[in-house]
Amino acid sequence: MTDIALRMDGVYKKFRKGELYDSLRDLIPALAGRVLRRRRREALAPREFWALQDVTFGVRRGEAFGIIGANGAGKSTILKLLSGIMRPTRGTLQVNGRLSALIEVSAGFHPDLTGRENIFLNGTILGMTRAEIRQRFDAIVAFSGLEEFIDTPVKRYSSGMFARLGFSVAAHVEPDLLIVDEVLSVGDYLFQQKCLERMNEIMTGGATVIFVSHNLRAVSTLCTRSLLLERGRVVELGPSNEVIRAYLTRGREARALEPDRQIRITDVSLGPPGSSRVQFETGEFLEITVTAAARTPHSDMSVVIAIADDNQYLVFDTCTQRLGMGPLALDAGETLRCTFKVQLRLGQGTYHVNAYLHRYVTDQPYERWLHAATFFVGSTPTLRGVAHLAPSLVHCEKHSLASLLTASGAALSAAAGGLVGEGVEEPAQRATNDIGEKHVADA
Amino acid sequence: MTTSLSELAGRRDLLYMITWREIRIKYKQSVMGMLWAILMPAVIVAAGVVVRYGFSLMAGTSLAPADVASVSVRAVPWAFFVSSVRFATTSLIANTNLVTKIYLPREIFPVAAMLSQLVDFGVASLVLLVILTALGVGVSVQLLWVPVLVVILVVLTTGLGILLSAASLFFRDVKYLVEVVLTFAIFFTPVFYNARMFGRLAPALMLNPVAPILESFSNVVVTHAAPPLWWLGYSAIASLLTFVTALSVFHKLEPYFAESV
Repeated sequence: MTDIALRMDGVYKKFRKGELYDSLRDLIPALAGRVLRRRRREALAPREFWALQDVTFGVRRGEAFGIIGANGAGKSTILKLLSGIMRPTRGTLQVNGRLSALIEVSAGFHPDLTGRENIFLNGTILGMTRAEIRQRFDAIVAFSGLEEFIDTPVKRYSSGMFARLGFSVAAHVEPDLLIVDEVLSVGDYLFQQKCLERMNEIMTGGATVIFVSHNLRAVSTLCTRSLLLERGRVVELGPSNEVIRAYLTRGREARALEPDRQIRITDVSLGPPGSSRVQFETGEFLEITVTAAARTPHSDMSVVIAIADDNQYLVFDTCTQRLGMGPLALDAGETLRCTFKVQLRLGQGTYHVNAYLHRYVTDQPYERWLHAATFFVGSTPTLRGVAHLAPSLVHCEKHSLASLLTASGAALSAAAGGLVGEGVEEPAQRATNDIGEKHVADA
Repeated sequence: MTTSLSELAGRRDLLYMITWREIRIKYKQSVMGMLWAILMPAVIVAAGVVVRYGFSLMAGTSLAPADVASVSVRAVPWAFFVSSVRFATTSLIANTNLVTKIYLPREIFPVAAMLSQLVDFGVASLVLLVILTALGVGVSVQLLWVPVLVVILVVLTTGLGILLSAASLFFRDVKYLVEVVLTFAIFFTPVFYNARMFGRLAPALMLNPVAPILESFSNVVVTHAAPPLWWLGYSAIASLLTFVTALSVFHKLEPYFAESV
C-alpha cells in the first residue's frame, strides 16, 4: 500500500457544446469525416472546449483535501473523473482503495420499492455487499430516523426523508476515500449536525476526504490542504488558508479588469494596510478600508459598508453619513479613501463585506461592489449563535423546596387578586405556572 | 474483456440486487403477477397453433399433438430471447440516473435485464413441462442437451443485449430498429414452422443463429432426436463471438456513456 490515496497527473478533459450526433443519419458523415481527417486528440474541434487542463495534484492517505472555485471551474468534472464515471481525455489518475461519493446519494432509489428494499439496493449500488448491509442495517435506519416508514415505498416519502435515507446509506459505506460535494444541505438542522458528526467520524477513522464546497469556512476548518480551480486549471495548491486567500483576491483582480466607469470603488481591504488576514476572533476590531476613484465630478455621496452572512442576510451596515460625515464630493481624478472600524461581535461564520457609493438625491447607489471582501470569524465553543451579545451573569440562586412552596402560595394569592405574573419572582413563577393557569381558568 | 468479467463477478451482489429490482418492480402493483411470465409464450403458442392448423388444412392432414408440442417448445425460448433483447436494449437508457451519477460496472444493466427474463423463462418452462406431459411427450437421453442449448441461447442473448444497450445509448434509432426487427423476426425464425419445410432453402434460415437453437430444442424434447450438430456448433461459435465482441465494444465505449446520454 502506498502513502498516496489519490493522484491526478496532467489530466485534461474535453467536452462538447451542443448536441452530439444523435441519430444514425448524423453519424455516418461524422464518422467519414473522422476517418478522413484523423484529428489529434489534443486539438479542439469547433464546438469543443477544455473542462480541465493539466490538472495535477496528489492527496495523502488520511488527509482532508478541499477543492474550491467558482461555478463552472471544473470541480464536478474532477469528481466525476475520480469516481470513474468519466475518463480523462489525456493524463492519468490513480485512486487507491474503495471510493465513495456523497454526491448523488439517492440516485439509486427506486420509487416503488420500500425504504428497506432501497437500503439494500442503494447500498449495493454504492459498493457494499449484502452481508455488509445486513450487518449495518439497524445503524442505517436509526441514523435516518425513519424507523416507522421503513416499509413504506419511498415514492410516498417527502423529499427530506428521501434525502435523509440516501445520506444514511451512503454514510455507512465505510470507504477509504470519501468525496463530499455540498451534501450538507440535506435535511433539517439536526440532521445536518448528525451528518457533520458522521463525516468527522469517517475522517478520524483514517479515511481520506475530498471536500468540494462553496462554503469557504467549512473548507478552511475541515481541510488542511486545498486546490483552487479557475476555468479548468489549477491556479493555487497548498494550505487551505492560503488557497482561500488567493481565491478571494482573484475575485478582486477580475473586477479590476471591468470596463471603465465614471466612478468606481477600486479597493476594499480588511485590516491595517498591507495585511491580508481573513481569519478573526469574536470581539476583535476590524478595519475596512474603501477606496474610490472618480473620472468625472460627483457630489452628494456617502460611502456605505454592509456586512452580510453566507446566506446574504444583512448582519450590519453603516455609512459615512450616519457616522457624522456630511455629503462627500469628488472632483475628476480625485481618489477617496475611507477607513471604518468595527468590533466583530459576531458568532462564528463566514461574512462578506459589500461596499456602496450611495447618492443622496436619487437614493440610488452610484456604484456597488458586492462580496468585495470575505472574512471568517472563529470563536470559542462557549459562544454560539450569530451575534455576540456580551453576556454576563447577574443573578443565579438556589431555592429549597420549602421556599418554593411559600413562593407559590404567594403567587396563588397574587393571581386570585388579579395580578397574575406581575411582581412575582422569576423562578417561582415558572414552578407555579400550571397551578396558576388552572386557577385563572376556574375563576 | 477479462477485466470487465472479473469486475462483474466482484459486484455480484449488485447484479443480484439490480436483477431482483427488475423482477420486483414488474410484479409490484400488477394484478396478474407471475402470470405475466407465461403470457407472452402463451400468446406465441396460440398463434403458432393457428398457423400450424392452417398448414394442416392445406396439407389435408390433421393437427398432431407433436406439432403443438414443437411449437410450444420453440415459443418459450423465443419469448425469452425477444423480451431479453428488447429489455436489455433500453436498460442503459432507463438507468441514465445511475449511469451518469454513480460509478458501477455498466454491463450490470443489460445482464440484469437478461437475468430477470431468465427467471420468467424458468417459470414458463415449468408450465411448459406440464403441457408437454399432458401432450404425452416422453423422456429420453437427448434431454441432456437442454442445459447446453440454454447456455448457448443465454450467451447469444446476453451478447446482443450488451451490444444493443450501448448502441442505443448513443443513437436513439437503435431502440426503434430493434422493436421493428423483433416484431417481425418471428417470421424469419423457425418458431411456427420447421426449418426443413423449406427444403433446399433451409440452410439460409439456419444462418440465423437462433434458428439452430430452436430446431435443437424441438429435436431433443419433442422428437427425441439428436440436434443438428453442425448447425448447433455454428450457432455456439456465433454466440460466443457476439458475446466477446459485445463485451469489448462495450468496454471501449463505456468511458463516453456519461457524456453521451
